[in-house]
Amino acid sequence: MSFDVAALRAQFPALEQRVNGRPLVYLDSAATALKPRRVIEAVESVYAADCANIHRAVHALSQRATARYEGARDVAVRFLNAKSRAEVVYTRGTTEGINLVAQTWGLEHLREGDEILLTELEHHSNIVPWQLVAARTGAKIVVVPITDVGEVSLEDVEARLSSRTKIVSVAHASNALGTVLPVKEIAERAHAVGAIVVVDGAQGAPHLPVDVQALGCDFYAFSGHKIYGPSGIGILWGKEALLDAMPPYQGGGDMIDHVSFSGSTWNELPYKFEAGTPPIASAIGLGEALQFFMELDHEALFAHEQDVLAYAMERLASIPGVTLVGTAKQKVAVQSFLVEGAHPSDVGTILDGFGVAVRTGHHCAQPVMERFCIPATARASFGLYNTREDVDALIEGLEQVQRLFGNA
Amino acid sequence: MTLDELRENFAFLDDWMDKYRMIIELGQDLEPLPEEEKVRENKVLGCQSQVWLVCRPSTEREGALHFVADSDAHIVRGLVAIVLMIFDHKTPEEIQAIDARPIFAELGLDQHLSQGRSNGLLAMVKRIQSLASLAA
Repeated sequence: MSFDVAALRAQFPALEQRVNGRPLVYLDSAATALKPRRVIEAVESVYAADCANIHRAVHALSQRATARYEGARDVAVRFLNAKSRAEVVYTRGTTEGINLVAQTWGLEHLREGDEILLTELEHHSNIVPWQLVAARTGAKIVVVPITDVGEVSLEDVEARLSSRTKIVSVAHASNALGTVLPVKEIAERAHAVGAIVVVDGAQGAPHLPVDVQALGCDFYAFSGHKIYGPSGIGILWGKEALLDAMPPYQGGGDMIDHVSFSGSTWNELPYKFEAGTPPIASAIGLGEALQFFMELDHEALFAHEQDVLAYAMERLASIPGVTLVGTAKQKVAVQSFLVEGAHPSDVGTILDGFGVAVRTGHHCAQPVMERFCIPATARASFGLYNTREDVDALIEGLEQVQRLFGNA
Repeated sequence: MTLDELRENFAFLDDWMDKYRMIIELGQDLEPLPEEEKVRENKVLGCQSQVWLVCRPSTEREGALHFVADSDAHIVRGLVAIVLMIFDHKTPEEIQAIDARPIFAELGLDQHLSQGRSNGLLAMVKRIQSLASLAA
């Protein structure tokens, strides 16, 4: 099977632009991925032709919009290998998905002295929702440390699991370090002590096989915009029995069965968790993005991204004064780095001048920065459209950075 | 360097890298902020980079304010120096009357003062103006 990067690049209109007089080199897909033309067109056609509210009316436009919105859910069912549509809840993104679990399952089940197990490499979105629910319930957050290369060892997980552990919530892959976590093995061990397992799939979904049945987790949350879809839409997958037993998260239209002032009853799954008019066009765009993604040759895509990552790591490591942060054996295509004598913000500003887009900062993972005793990093992250030539442009930009800051 | 001198110097620089080189040099000449003042209360904002700012009475000009600031990033420190050229040793009334954005725009640096550019500069300008309103 082949992987024709040039043909794929041609499907992404954003790549056609020049930035500061140079062809755009987009190395920030871990923050948000660019969108293929068919996703943009799917969203546009909702507003141009099928602009109606869903689940509400008998007229043609509403029927078409509803069919496309629910059709997108069917695509997500296949993408996740979920057992049914009832397990697939639309959210605003990964963050909302995790908050939903924390505020429903968490609030209902956590008691004082219970423990929530996280790892040191989690994104703030997989820390703060648990801190909020811990503060309300008296539960305690326990953190699994990471190693110097940014890995999580199963022994360290095991050592912190006990009968007090009620929730284990981990990233499928780290946004700051790229590390892929052994989610399946963690889930087995967590289930052995009776805990439920939540996976932050924001970085996993665009890069790793997502088969929720094979992973063995209980919840999996991901964002549309990181997998070549629109922003403001995501998916929370959960086991039906768990979702069914959970109280609603937000109240409003569409999530109810019957409303009266003496009490209301809830709609069936997944609608119980979808209060109010959702971002209809974005959900339809997400369906298109997942369809686009599933049509790719995944083995070839993974090999391509890993080749670009390995090339980037090798070239970055060969520059004196550049330090790699995050060198786990198994990584998604993300590389944080530091340039001696320049702050990451300086690095990002100068690279931008050369049309190279990287992320700089703490990546909403301040505990990771603390772990490595650094305020921030620059991060290059790669999507399916990136090439070795993009890495070359990054390296050339970094040579200019070093010249400016007196290290070359 | 005064703001007028900076304008003149910038007018001769065609290459954006040369402008940044000059900005970095401005940062190197900034009055140092003592380490013990780089504390949370004096921090303006920090996601991309950090900026600290303190305000003292001016010894150069009666009734005016003197600002000392620093950043952990070189380019931001230079931009901080430009912000100080605009506001330092001015009276609270003068400070509140200044709109820094057109000045940055004229220098071709307006993108650094935009919303969402989380380098702390916009927050620094706001802090300077709110410190001035407290002193007024």
